[in-house]
Amino acid sequence: MHELSIAESILDIAAAEAANHDAAAVTAIKIRLGDFTGVVQEALEFAFEIARQGTIAATARLEIERVPLKTRCPECDMAGSTDFCFICERCGTPLEILSGREMQVEFIEVAEQEVTWIASR
Amino acid sequence: MDRVSVVTDIRQANQIAARENRTIFDKSGSCVLNLMSAPGAGKTSVLEATIREIAPSYRVAVIEGDLETTFDSDRIRALGVEAHQITTGSVCHLDARMVAKALTVFPTDGVDLLVIENVGNLVCPAEFNLGEDLRVMVFSVVEGADKPKKYPLMFHTSDVVLLNKIDLLPYSGVALSELLRNVVEVNPRAAIFPISCRTGQGMEGWVGWLTEELRSRRREALSTLKT
Repeated sequence: MHELSIAESILDIAAAEAANHDAAAVTAIKIRLGDFTGVVQEALEFAFEIARQGTIAATARLEIERVPLKTRCPECDMAGSTDFCFICERCGTPLEILSGREMQVEFIEVAEQEVTWIASR
Repeated sequence: MDRVSVVTDIRQANQIAARENRTIFDKSGSCVLNLMSAPGAGKTSVLEATIREIAPSYRVAVIEGDLETTFDSDRIRALGVEAHQITTGSVCHLDARMVAKALTVFPTDGVDLLVIENVGNLVCPAEFNLGEDLRVMVFSVVEGADKPKKYPLMFHTSDVVLLNKIDLLPYSGVALSELLRNVVEVNPRAAIFPISCRTGQGMEGWVGWLTEELRSRRREALSTLKT
């Protein structure tokens, strides 16, 4: 199931950013997920629950923003339909994809390290 | 609680590995095909038939990807072509890192055409770039005319669609025109070749196209050497 490897990639990216900021924990991960990717949201959420265990993001919530598939004709500027037809209805030109292929970690939320003051004698 | 902007593509690690593979392929001047399909569409049979036509004039090598067994790489070696088998265990697709690992023991020096036969799967391989030049999909006519609409990402990201088993069209209940129309709608740019690797129908067109790709890459490599 490749949603597991995608969940692991998400966690790797989040952990690297958390390390850059000396964070104690990752509390949330926001991703943008296009409708024209090979990823099933429910499977990804399930895989995330498994993959986050024992990591710096063990209690992180996963926020998923879906991005719809939008296409456009580069010749006549007509918007494409929402089914998977990539030919312009008006002039027959191959459509270009404007959005829907996103698979991105947009931001994370972190909890800072607790600062321990050591009293000097 | 602090918010940290990340804006990083989740596919980045694979993309980096794919670019490194690409560097190796460019150095050896190899044209690389990522061969994909549903299980049973005829990838290995199409590959065998293609090798028989191409191997006399070009050096071919194959990396096979399967969950289990070496059946496919054994078949390729039986044709006198070097083959390396990746067994993924449970992973349903090849990714760039698996190919990179294979390349450490299976170098592409002197190879004109490297075919990476992916795991039979119409879903996951589409998202994993291996560093290939061309994505070639095998779609057999008995899989149903609506397949392209059901698996649009795989069809849309392919450069070539080989419509295989056309000798079975009379028994499939589907017209060739309907199959072609559905493929073209999902991917207006793909080169489509109706073939039967069993009877040989249509193979001349596909092999001719591939040969022209190899020739033009050879011409380009030679002109780069001259400058």
